Amino acid sequence: MIVAKRKPLDEIAEMIAPYEKVAIIGCRSCVAICLAGGEKEVKMLVSAMKLKNRKDGREQSLDGFVLERQCEKEWVKEVEEKILDSDIVLSMSCSLGTQTIGDMYPHRIVVPGLNTAIFGVPEEQGLWSEKCLGCGDCIIDTTGGICPIARCAKSMLNGPCGGSSDGHCEVNLDIECAWYAIHERLKLQNRLELMEYVRPPKNWSTSHSGGRRIIVREDAKLTPHQKRGQEVLE
Amino acid sequence: MSERRPKIVGFCCEKHGMDCVTLAARSERQYDSSVRLIQVPCTGRVDGIHILEALENGADSVFVLGCLEKNCYYDTGSIEGRKRVEYVKGMLAETGIEPERVEMFNASSSMAWKFHDIVSSMKDVAERLGPIRPGGGDSE
Ligand code: SF4
Ligand code: SF4
Repeated sequence: MIVAKRKPLDEIAEMIAPYEKVAIIGCRSCVAICLAGGEKEVKMLVSAMKLKNRKDGREQSLDGFVLERQCEKEWVKEVEEKILDSDIVLSMSCSLGTQTIGDMYPHRIVVPGLNTAIFGVPEEQGLWSEKCLGCGDCIIDTTGGICPIARCAKSMLNGPCGGSSDGHCEVNLDIECAWYAIHERLKLQNRLELMEYVRPPKNWSTSHSGGRRIIVREDAKLTPHQKRGQEVLE
Repeated sequence: MSERRPKIVGFCCEKHGMDCVTLAARSERQYDSSVRLIQVPCTGRVDGIHILEALENGADSVFVLGCLEKNCYYDTGSIEGRKRVEYVKGMLAETGIEPERVEMFNASSSMAWKFHDIVSSMKDVAERLGPIRPGGGDSE
């Protein structure tokens, strides 16, 4: 899932300060699960901003809404009226939702209320950890199912580095060394020979380094004829 | 300070919290009637939004009263309550509102004196800070 964190309230307040009518829009998917932008968080933000406005003597209308998934146009359409009726949209989803609204209504101002941070996993209540960087060419079949790109501070393909100490990473001793974890996992699976396997340099063109990526499934795409039909239906 | 009566809201758990309130009500010492109590099944049920909305609806100070932490009727409910209170205090600080307007307290059924102390300390805060308004409530 995508894990995000609410921006500091003073930063949010500064972004929306010049506008009278603010629509605050959350999302019930990833950001609800990571407690950043779901129903509760939107309600709390609206309430905190109303209190701040009262304290600062500012008149501002703040309305909160929550969508099933803010990164899908169909759901965004549901609150189109609210978006068009506001002076600014404060999006409480990951930046995919923020940009979906921004791209759908390019003449409207849409700002992020969250910092979108990682592709992560809820490890325990209140704790999420990064496990993938979306490199576009997954290699964890050779690393015991543990991603060295995201979980090793140096994204080493053939680790560990000389700094691995007692299972911890030299960059941050609070964090497990990914290559120690890979070694332990491979040992458990009787596949330690994979530690000897030399992974060749990675082709990073499939990652963001190769520029913005677009994924297409030709069989799922609509033909021009189908698109016209859909437009008529709409 | 003006003549205005302070507005204090207290969320009390129905176990030790309310027992403590009942005992305090029976004691000779009177507690201030400006406090409005809201009984909740457990302070673990109190959410940040409840506290914020109490402030939004005009409370000057809000407290949450639950069982003693190692003697909570629902085991860890009052620990949950404290974490929520701390989170809201953090949000208030970020918005420039005095975090001391919100506090968590723990008491056992027999600690009537503690309830009197809680009410008077939250009343002090409410009177000192007054309502949330421009320039008002300067605690520094
Ligand atoms: S190798 Fe690439 S795709 Fe696979 S988990 Fe790591 S970053 Fe993600
Ligand atoms: S100590 Fe381990 S995780 Fe840290 S940089 Fe070296 S190999 Fe990577």
